[in-house]
Amino acid sequence: MYRPSSDMLLLAILRCLALIAVAIVLLIVVFLLIESLPAVRSVGMLRFFGDASWHPAGGAEAGRFNLTPMLIGTVAAAAGAVLLAVPLGMGSALFCRFYAPRRIGGVYRRLVELLAGIPSVVYGFWGLMVLAPLIRQWQPPGQSLLAGILILTIMILPTVALLSESSLRSVPRSYLDGASALGLSRWSTIRGVALPAAWGGIFTAVLLATGRAIGETMAVLMVAGNVVQTPASIFEPVRTLTANIALELGYAMEHHRSALFVSGLVLMVMIVVIVSLASWINRGRVHV
Amino acid sequence: MRVIRSMLGLALLLNLLVIAACGDGATGGEGEVQGRLIVTGSSTVAPLVGEIARRFEQKHPGVRIDVQAGGSSQAVADVQRGTAGLGMISRSLAESERHLDATTIARDGIVLIVHRDNPIDALSDEQVVDIFTGRVRNWKDAGGDDGRITVVNKADGRATLAIFLDHYELQSRDIKPGVVIGDNQQGIRTVAGDPHAISYVSIGTATFEASRGTAIRMPRIDGQEPTLEAVHRGEYALARPLNLITHGSRSALAEAFIAFASSPEVHDLVEAQYFVPAVE
Repeated sequence: MYRPSSDMLLLAILRCLALIAVAIVLLIVVFLLIESLPAVRSVGMLRFFGDASWHPAGGAEAGRFNLTPMLIGTVAAAAGAVLLAVPLGMGSALFCRFYAPRRIGGVYRRLVELLAGIPSVVYGFWGLMVLAPLIRQWQPPGQSLLAGILILTIMILPTVALLSESSLRSVPRSYLDGASALGLSRWSTIRGVALPAAWGGIFTAVLLATGRAIGETMAVLMVAGNVVQTPASIFEPVRTLTANIALELGYAMEHHRSALFVSGLVLMVMIVVIVSLASWINRGRVHV
Repeated sequence: MRVIRSMLGLALLLNLLVIAACGDGATGGEGEVQGRLIVTGSSTVAPLVGEIARRFEQKHPGVRIDVQAGGSSQAVADVQRGTAGLGMISRSLAESERHLDATTIARDGIVLIVHRDNPIDALSDEQVVDIFTGRVRNWKDAGGDDGRITVVNKADGRATLAIFLDHYELQSRDIKPGVVIGDNQQGIRTVAGDPHAISYVSIGTATFEASRGTAIRMPRIDGQEPTLEAVHRGEYALARPLNLITHGSRSALAEAFIAFASSPEVHDLVEAQYFVPAVE
């Protein structure tokens, strides 16, 4: 088969770029593994889930390295935020696509886009100054799992809303015309035609939002209280794995430092599990 | 109009000449140091050293000083590895760090802070320990109003935590925190937003924030008035030295900078940051 030279050049460039993208991921994983090796070797992987508490400054022997409460904290904060943000975001997308008058829909969309553009540290500062004191008046100390969930919800809401909306927008016109030709009501059209057709995109939106909720650091660090404990209620403070790294990395040495890379590794494994779970749930359906 | 403009221009030119002349006067004579110096370490000391570095660079045009904040532990690691020529630590050298050389450039105290509306005026050492270890959980058991105490603690590894633990002979795991925070600013914001919170931060930062109207108060600890004057007189027990540290032989530049940073020439900068100049 004849291939023009410009095609070959393009192919080579694309291969290189693809290789770089994959290499970066692999290099990061290798780096995490290398950095966490000293702690894994001298502390042992089991102690990261079985120790009495998290007091890593004491060295490999005297220190305590339990990451489980932080793993639970991360999952609880992210799950709570996704549970709140998905209905809100879907509602906002459906409103914007099917119910809002054209002009209001446009303005609404701009506002949600604005919400997506606010830096996380600003959300965190607002949470620290406004949200946490509000919750404190109700249930002290205020800096809590709930504050973390609410901040994360606001942060991932635009991701869910905007991506769902654009995937609803890409449902072929003919589908919707067909539905109205059958005399379906607006809600029946949405439920029976638009949502199933846009499922893949919506699923991607939720997945991306989950990833952001798990990875978000600064805002959660400022409002969640950061006490290493398994929360008994949503009003108790928690520490997430990302906040743990950000709080302690600058001050950590030797095993403590290495133990923080282990929490990075655990975080990475968690993301991998979620992504594989998601593609398993979504198997055989529209491409994610 | 034109006259005014040309006069302005002239004034500017004169100004520049005067500045240039001053610069010459300052650098001439002594042996000129040159090069680049990387300084890393405590976030408490970094702003002060940054100011000192700027003044040092003005005096020695051939010098570039990079100041990075990352914590006292980082400073120790960096000077040992040689990635930084100079480290900043907001504590004394630990037993295991005696092979390093430290020069004190200023002193800082640690102070307890509570919300401005908290009527507590003074706490004994025993009460402080009881509150932070969770034996006393309500302010009315410590002489205050009814309300659950929120203990705001620092994350493991921070120098302020180390000094606090050291002074009260506590272990990190003895403390029962209600909230864990990173730096002094976050601690002050948290306490200012919670009438039942208590924390400990740098006395310099707390004094500065309180003078700006932030809603915090500094109760007396064991009868000691937490003021900068008390730190200055050496009467304040919860004080800490702010040190510049080096490993092995010092470069000429590091030597010159340390001498400058501990000289009376920078006392105004030290006081502007609400620290107390080191007295020999």
